[in-house]
Amino acid sequence: MPAFIIRRLLQSVLVLGFMSLLVFVGVYAIGNPVDILINPQADQADIARAIAALGLDKPLWEQYLIFLRQALSGDLGKSFAYDIPAIQLILERMPATLELALTATAVAVLLGIPLGLWAGLAPDSWPAKLIMTGSILGFSLPTFWVGLMLIMLFAVEFGWLPSGGRGPTTALFGVQVSFLGWEGIRHLILPAVNLALFKLSLIIRLTRAGTREALLQDYVKFARAKGLSNARVVGVHVLKNIMIPIVTVIGLEFGSVIAFAIVTESIFAWPGMGKLIIDSINVLDRPVIVAYLLIIVSVFILINLAVDIVYSVLDPRVRLGAQAR
Amino acid sequence: MVSFHPLAERILHMLVQRARFVLTSLIVSALSLAGAPGAAAAELRIGVAAEVTSIDPHFLNLAPNNNAAWHVFEALTHVDANARLVPGLALSWRPIDPTTWEFKLRKGVKFHDGSDFTAEDVVFSLERPARLAASPGPFTGFVKPIAAKKIVDPWTLQLKTAAPYAMLPYDLNSIFIVSKKAAAGAATEDFNSGKAAIGTGPYKLVRFARGERIELARNGAYWGGQNGKLAAWDKVTLRILPEDTARIAALLAGDVDVIENIPTADLTRLKANPNFRLEQKVSWRTLFLHLDQYRDHPPQLADKSGKPLARNPFKDARVRLALSKAVNRRAIVERVMEGNAIAAGNLVSPPVFGHVAALKPDAYDPEEAKKLLAQAGYPDGFALTLYAPNNRYVNDEQLAQALAQMLARIGIKTRVETMPASVYFGKARAGEFSLAMLGWGSFSGDLALRALLATPDAATGYGAWNWGRYSNPKVDALLERGFATLDEKKREAMAREAATLALKDTPVILLHHQLASWAMNKGIAYTARTDEYTFAHDFRPR
Amino acid sequence: MQRELTPLQRIATDFGESRLALAGLALLVLVVLAASFAPLISPQDPYDLAQLDVLDSRLPPGSTSVSGLTFWLGSDGQGRDILSGIFYGLRISLMVGAASTLCALVIGLAMGLAAAYFGGRTDGVIMRLVDIQLSFPSILIALVLLAVLGQGTGKTIFALVMVQWAYYARTVRATAIVERAKEYIEAARCLALSPARIVFRHLLPNCLPPLIVIATVQVAAAVALEATLSYLGIGVPITEPSLGLLIKNGFDYMLSGKYWISFFPGIALVLTIVSINLVADQLRDVLNPRLQK
Repeated sequence: MPAFIIRRLLQSVLVLGFMSLLVFVGVYAIGNPVDILINPQADQADIARAIAALGLDKPLWEQYLIFLRQALSGDLGKSFAYDIPAIQLILERMPATLELALTATAVAVLLGIPLGLWAGLAPDSWPAKLIMTGSILGFSLPTFWVGLMLIMLFAVEFGWLPSGGRGPTTALFGVQVSFLGWEGIRHLILPAVNLALFKLSLIIRLTRAGTREALLQDYVKFARAKGLSNARVVGVHVLKNIMIPIVTVIGLEFGSVIAFAIVTESIFAWPGMGKLIIDSINVLDRPVIVAYLLIIVSVFILINLAVDIVYSVLDPRVRLGAQAR
Repeated sequence: MVSFHPLAERILHMLVQRARFVLTSLIVSALSLAGAPGAAAAELRIGVAAEVTSIDPHFLNLAPNNNAAWHVFEALTHVDANARLVPGLALSWRPIDPTTWEFKLRKGVKFHDGSDFTAEDVVFSLERPARLAASPGPFTGFVKPIAAKKIVDPWTLQLKTAAPYAMLPYDLNSIFIVSKKAAAGAATEDFNSGKAAIGTGPYKLVRFARGERIELARNGAYWGGQNGKLAAWDKVTLRILPEDTARIAALLAGDVDVIENIPTADLTRLKANPNFRLEQKVSWRTLFLHLDQYRDHPPQLADKSGKPLARNPFKDARVRLALSKAVNRRAIVERVMEGNAIAAGNLVSPPVFGHVAALKPDAYDPEEAKKLLAQAGYPDGFALTLYAPNNRYVNDEQLAQALAQMLARIGIKTRVETMPASVYFGKARAGEFSLAMLGWGSFSGDLALRALLATPDAATGYGAWNWGRYSNPKVDALLERGFATLDEKKREAMAREAATLALKDTPVILLHHQLASWAMNKGIAYTARTDEYTFAHDFRPR
Repeated sequence: MQRELTPLQRIATDFGESRLALAGLALLVLVVLAASFAPLISPQDPYDLAQLDVLDSRLPPGSTSVSGLTFWLGSDGQGRDILSGIFYGLRISLMVGAASTLCALVIGLAMGLAAAYFGGRTDGVIMRLVDIQLSFPSILIALVLLAVLGQGTGKTIFALVMVQWAYYARTVRATAIVERAKEYIEAARCLALSPARIVFRHLLPNCLPPLIVIATVQVAAAVALEATLSYLGIGVPITEPSLGLLIKNGFDYMLSGKYWISFFPGIALVLTIVSINLVADQLRDVLNPRLQK
């Protein structure tokens, strides 16, 4: 196991290098930030000077080498638009995003698995049908549409919840969090629900499909025949066997919520990382884009590593990193 | 279907009416519960439409940053609601010889930390932009003409330029004055934290929560207080709400008192809502189309079967006029902009320096346009692609599509391509478009002409945004003379002459001037501004 | 009375057992027909700007245009007939959703199976590629494509495939990794069956159930993602709106009471996705041999 983890982390270094190169080429292909940010009154000389000051007049390979040299000494550069280190900019937005991502994922998992099990265990009952039909609605409407409806209903019409923004924060182990106070939770509810809806539907459907499948397997029939209680059969034998695809999807969805909750964060004016990346892409703030994607790829590597480890816990037959014989 | 339809429609209509009634009554009750707006007189919460990246007023020259900075800092010259220059930290200014401007500074002005404002601070502030780290939008262009600075006494400053330069007082409107004591050696972080953010403005910075809000407190010692211009609110919060719907929802839900930059789609509705008021003013931003007038075979232009044309039709003034006559500006104003624009016959909008009232928008006349095309040798029209950004101007991509419809009516086959500003401006600058949309806001007609229609010349800085490379030596000469004319009246006359001369050739297809809008609780009033800025100190309880 | 049914007949009979699924099928057929024959049944060609008139913009349902056309479902900001827009938009949305899901599924399936079966270095390389792909925002891909290749529906599909294949690769690998460790694969290996045979005949069928669930949901996700890209101005061309883009355009009017611009395309989108999922749900159960009674 440790050898496996070390090998995985070594691979990650290569991934980071490759990722940064990809982003460099990509952003270079799109354009340059001076064309977007320069004051209209600027003349040709001003524009050329600003481009040179940012080092964007150099050939791409040279820009990349400069970046690599700095990155190796731990400096990912300053944001063009904010003039503060890109990493600092990202880290200060991370708590808001993590808070939202964790809440949404928790809602999706804690509701999704029980509802999915219910629908799978009694597929012909009317609650099961209701759950399944409802779950289709959960992913058939675009997120921005649902978000606006939530705001119109709960913020504008009823006035129960705020229309957007993040509540007051308090420090928890040095991290600014908002979910400790009622005001913070009030702000968290609508965006979290908006984000959770799609994931909830997906988990319900995956759990149901897995459950129906598992109930017909020999080991479940055998466990039943042995006279094990229904709760034990479902809780241990069924659940354990359907968890692998579900855990995989939860990992994927959690990662993408951290990285790209762009629409929800925009509509609810949530000061998270997704808004930062879209703003940065809009003005081609390359240092932020590079640093952001390096962080995100690290997040995905870690999540997927954790998920892979969970596989071997759930099913001991799965050997990590095994070579084909 | 036909017999079924009216009934269905009636039912739907009834449902919608009922829903609307329930909705409005709910909104009204929600609002009355949220408390009367007047009760919040001590605090003003403003929803602003764009992210502020830094409090350092010399780092990035971007409207949202400047808008925030104007609360805390001020410049030597101010701009009034009509975009005309007025005294600011400088009481008066005059040329004492052709290359020297003398500025008399306002006495008795205090910085937020209690220290006195003097010419030392001005000199420091004028030098600071060039000393800052790399910026994609630096302020250096505004101080570039200054060759030497001389402090005569603490309240008198002389600035020398290499050549006679009339625009210096205008340029200095863009350079914020910071306290030398507080800002010496300060980096962006020090401004963001508030340590160096010491200005003379009507508000003090309390907290800058990047990406979320800016909290301000009234500067009780503001010099404007003597003139009855003390800010009306003890506390101001600028909430960053870039998403249009989020901003409007925040206003409707009572989470903010004021919002700026109202999408045209929502204006009619807000106007009709008794709980809110609108303030509007013609903005300085003009929209128009640049046409390629320099290449023989511009990209995308072809005949209707896709074969290249023998020559560039845009080089023919008749074709350009035909395009302009094909544009139904009334339909654009009424339909695309829902009444929140005025048709443009000038590069700058009516209140702005150098506007020529005699220049009217080209009349919509598709028949005449067809005739002009035929005279120019294109009786069957031709094909082109119209490019536009899709996240830069009000309804930009809707506007592009409507224009394509209108060009199609005179036989010009038009394809529309829209893209985000990040891709658009680089490509436009690289000359990849032959017909492209641009919006422009300028202090004065001559500045607009210099950037947009003067012959491009990197050495003089003329024509930096003249994508179509229209060139008229007479216009260039007039502009040059104007910028060297220190008498404002004479300069304005020359600016008008240059504009009249240039626009006679239809060098661009002028479309409209935008209206800027603000929506607020009914108990608040605002002095709407042509430069589109949202200043907390210009809001008052009614 | 006992008569041998052909497999197809059996599937048809089983499928018909659920009324809901039948309704879904009928709806899906209608949707596909409407999309296929959009040019024939639409009152107007909504993609031809020359046929639109901005003077007809934002007319409520049932209004008559300048040229005498009736807008049964109203018109949008360009004077585009919403009904015609829905028919044409369905075409684009279905094509984008189906094509991108299919391509991504095939690529993801191949990659995921290869990673799981061969393990070791192959697994490492493929899965690290997946990590990169998962973290690469679709917006950036779409922007690069837009900047380099220009606008077009094909490029949007390409961007969606790029974003989605990794998702499938990871989920396929997850199930395949478990299956690979089971006795029957061991047995197949002992029989010295070719890897291709083992992968496609044994590994693949057992990985399908969760994959089908994800794929059917992801068709909706692809349509929604396309709408999001359009929402950000980098999706399909504005002059050829998909359902998602129609909804997005109307979204600006949601607060101003002109509900129809966004509402009707929204209904069309929901109905389409509901029908796809009703059919897919039933098909999955019918096709699964273990679920046979």
